[in-house]
Amino acid sequence: MIDRRIALAGLLGAIALPARAQPLAYRIIPEKVADGLWVVRGVDAPIAMANGGAIANITILATEGGTVLVDCGPSLRYGVALKQAAQALTGQPVVRVYLTHLHPDHIYGAAAFAPGIVAATPQLANLLKSEGAGFSDGMYRLLGDWMRGTEFTPPGAILTADHETFGARRFRLLPLAGHSPADLAILDEASGTLIAGDLVFHDRAPSTPHADLEKWHDSLKTLEALGHKRVVPGHGPVDPTPATAIVQTRDWLDWLAATLRASVIAGDDNVAAGNVMIPARFATLQAARYELQRSVAHLYPGLEAELLPRIDAGR
Amino acid sequence: MVVSSLPWIGGLLLALAPLPAHATLPADPLGSPMWQRLGDTLFGNDPVRFDDRVHVIFPEIAENQTSFPVTVDARGIEGVKRILLFADLNPIPLAIDYTLAGARAFLATRIKLDQRTPVRGAVQLADGSWLVGGGWIDAAGGGCSTPPTSRVRGDWADHLGEVRGVAVRGADGTHIRVAFRHPMDTGFVANIPTYNLDTLTLSGAGKAYGTMRIEASVAEDPTISIIAETAAGETVAVRASDTNGIRYDGSLAVREATPALAAVR
Repeated sequence: MIDRRIALAGLLGAIALPARAQPLAYRIIPEKVADGLWVVRGVDAPIAMANGGAIANITILATEGGTVLVDCGPSLRYGVALKQAAQALTGQPVVRVYLTHLHPDHIYGAAAFAPGIVAATPQLANLLKSEGAGFSDGMYRLLGDWMRGTEFTPPGAILTADHETFGARRFRLLPLAGHSPADLAILDEASGTLIAGDLVFHDRAPSTPHADLEKWHDSLKTLEALGHKRVVPGHGPVDPTPATAIVQTRDWLDWLAATLRASVIAGDDNVAAGNVMIPARFATLQAARYELQRSVAHLYPGLEAELLPRIDAGR
Repeated sequence: MVVSSLPWIGGLLLALAPLPAHATLPADPLGSPMWQRLGDTLFGNDPVRFDDRVHVIFPEIAENQTSFPVTVDARGIEGVKRILLFADLNPIPLAIDYTLAGARAFLATRIKLDQRTPVRGAVQLADGSWLVGGGWIDAAGGGCSTPPTSRVRGDWADHLGEVRGVAVRGADGTHIRVAFRHPMDTGFVANIPTYNLDTLTLSGAGKAYGTMRIEASVAEDPTISIIAETAAGETVAVRASDTNGIRYDGSLAVREATPALAAVR
């Protein structure tokens, strides 16, 4: 005869089991791009429970001086998994984590590393003092338990030189702006790979929550002239050519700027501006409609203030 | 001074709550916990039904919960005389009550979202019946209790009274868009009472297009779009006032849509 309490416990166990059987775990799969350079690809989609926020590309670099990472993912859980995977891959401890810009899908994994090895430009470090922790509520709301234990950790190393060298590997540091007020692009001189952060998107529509489209356009001109061989974009597949992704990103941004201005002048409301036809040449860009509608939210009010004439008696 | 309609709505909610359910209110396809109560309040005993021709159009993401674009487009329905725009789970559910005169059944604006909520449009026909459309939108919390950015910057009073606008005459009528600078205080931010733009009338040469009652659930710096039939070169008169009785009047000349403009898009 089965005791009722045991039966009840068994039932509870059965209910709890499915949740326990699949703990949240990121799959860190480094893909080799060049000698001693791997990319962990983010999902080309918006931040969502289904992807744990792992939407940004992360770069792992092997040097004789230790392992170097560019960006570190959306959460403590991701950072821990990334550190383990990177060290298993290279056999060397992580000695440097570069932060490319302030967005949480790139930097909240920093909580898994010693603050002293997490590095940012002075402009970014300054920006993070006021903005760094502010994304936390939104990330927890969207990602729930994926975010458990994640607290924003400010960078402990400030990048003031125009390069850093680990072992024989020299990284050229390019402080720029446009996607955000403080973007960092990194040129791995050994392999000729430009690790562009979110200044470059590839087959994934650019996002603009802190963008200055003119500065961004200018920064892309700078990147185009570096003489690199290939580009690791912040989001989307690695570009094996020097310019394809850079040109595509600039094309989208220029189209976006012209289209939003035309919508304002035509008297379109925000919903209509977010539903304009997206040209066929952008058909390969993931999340295009989503990002266009976000961009309307980011940029439309400012454009209306600039472009619509005053009609009140006090004008 | 114009009295805010907010206490009036609250009073109505309280007054109607104990009454029997609306006799003809259909089951809510969105499953909103507020449907019965809002239906009673907004529609009284008028017949109500859901209708796919009431297009409530909004972005797939609420990027900013203090300013969420919504369009109600019911131009496929003849004889619309009134449009309500509301979000069930906002503390101030109603955003705009628009009584049409000569305008087409179209309204676009930006509203606040206090949480994940149904956003709906309801249009009333000449026989008094209501047709309702809408959908759920997910949103971060607090859109109605976040201080307006102009309060945070401290410059709201410097820009009060500024009105911008555009009126473009195209194939489907004249798109009239007006943008006001106004903090649109909800009363849910510490020690700042409700203060909002609350009436707007748009009219043309000798004829009205429509009149709106506007609640504080409309986003800071309200923008409002309608579509009306105008003559070429007509002047649109804008008359608005806020809950402190301040007037916001302006006028804008209708211009023609240009082919160059259309070509860009």
